[in-house]
Amino acid sequence: MNKASSLAVATALALSTMPALAQKTASQGIDEYRAMLQDGNPAELFEAKGEDLWKKARGPKNASLEKCDLGKGPGVFKGAFVELPKYFADTQRVQDLESRLVTCMETLQGFNAAEISKTAFGRGEMANVTALATYIAAESKGQRFNLSQAHPQEKTFYEVGKRLFFQRGGSHDFSCASCHGEEGKRIRLQDLPMLTKNPGDGVGFAAWPAYRVSNGQMWSMQLRLNDCYRQQRFPYPGFGSDATIALSTYLGVNAKGAASVAPAIKR
Amino acid sequence: MNKKTQLVLASLATTLLVAGCASGPSFVELNALTDKIVKASFRDQSHVKVERITATDETNRLCSEADVAGKPLDEKTAKRIEEANLKAIKWPSDGKFIGDWKEGEKIAQSGRGLTWTDKADDVNGGNCYNCHKIDQKEISYGTIGPSLYNYGKIRGVSNPNDPASKAIVEYTWGKIWNAKAYNACSNMPRAGHTGILNEAQVRHIVGLLLDPKSPVNQ
Repeated sequence: MNKASSLAVATALALSTMPALAQKTASQGIDEYRAMLQDGNPAELFEAKGEDLWKKARGPKNASLEKCDLGKGPGVFKGAFVELPKYFADTQRVQDLESRLVTCMETLQGFNAAEISKTAFGRGEMANVTALATYIAAESKGQRFNLSQAHPQEKTFYEVGKRLFFQRGGSHDFSCASCHGEEGKRIRLQDLPMLTKNPGDGVGFAAWPAYRVSNGQMWSMQLRLNDCYRQQRFPYPGFGSDATIALSTYLGVNAKGAASVAPAIKR
Repeated sequence: MNKKTQLVLASLATTLLVAGCASGPSFVELNALTDKIVKASFRDQSHVKVERITATDETNRLCSEADVAGKPLDEKTAKRIEEANLKAIKWPSDGKFIGDWKEGEKIAQSGRGLTWTDKADDVNGGNCYNCHKIDQKEISYGTIGPSLYNYGKIRGVSNPNDPASKAIVEYTWGKIWNAKAYNACSNMPRAGHTGILNEAQVRHIVGLLLDPKSPVNQ
């Protein structure tokens, strides 16, 4: 297009479609902002902190986490993230990455799992769990989600998770599906992934843990779900509770085949 | 319980038993397990109590079950839910439906209230722009609900006090007060019914949508 005609087009657009143009500019601006953020993701700092914590002898037993079994055998962590949550025979329950890390911190290092689970996000050992989860997730970057549904408990958790996803309640009658049950919807200008099926590579379950630029915090999947429930006007879900793990199982199984980009960076 | 219901329940139980033996817990057992897990997993936080989700009403319960089954409610059940919600609508105590659209716009913009990080005595917002386009000057709007731009104009409301507009005016009030009265499993909250907005706030929102002077109808 030559200069004169592009000027003409620009003028015509400006005159005829001001609001539409303004909107396009706003969402384009957001996209550009997100692209700029990809240049340097502060999640790397949390990843490095997590690696230190994994290798360092800590806790009452002065041991490292290097023998932690995340589902692929003691000490094997590459590829573990994209297969969680899964059933663990030693604890006899389905666990997600974070609750499993807390189990290892208790059995290998002698920390008190119940105490850690009660700690607020971003504080004390809970901040360490988030850093560890960031490190472990990053070690599976680019791998595709492939949760097991072989154990009866894994199947049951998927079914319970599905019921939780569609559970309407609270002051606003919201369920997860109110926002994440249809394709191509948004809240204000924020795009919403549809989570009843694989939403695509690096979207939804395959994007967390993620660094949140707006508040400068590293968010784990447990915190992501916690804040969804807060905005849904639901009561407070316990850290590592069966409800959060069942819901994660539902989302994780639905994301089968999606490539993980975690740790991602978010607005 | 009459004989017919007993018979249906008995055959249902047999079906579930057979299905249960073949492939893990039954539909009903999974529902019961979910209830148990919800009770054990959630706790009160500030003014947000667990009863908010354990003591939910029939409307939410039946719609959630239909969502899980992936099938809409049968027509008869949907009608019954809609009628019950319609009956529960509180109409304006002074007969005035149209409030101040400027106040309505503020309420539509606000997403405050009723989360565990809000104060219990915060003034709640309507969250309207989260899902709807309303005044077209506001470009940050959601798309879960339909556009409400020109809501009154499209429906031919040039004077909301004219008896010819009565049906639309009443429907608009009713829809905001209790969206499930017109669509049993609507995604829209029941703003008046569940106490998100009070009568004066609902009146202002109706004004925002139907006042010919409101930017919505320009």
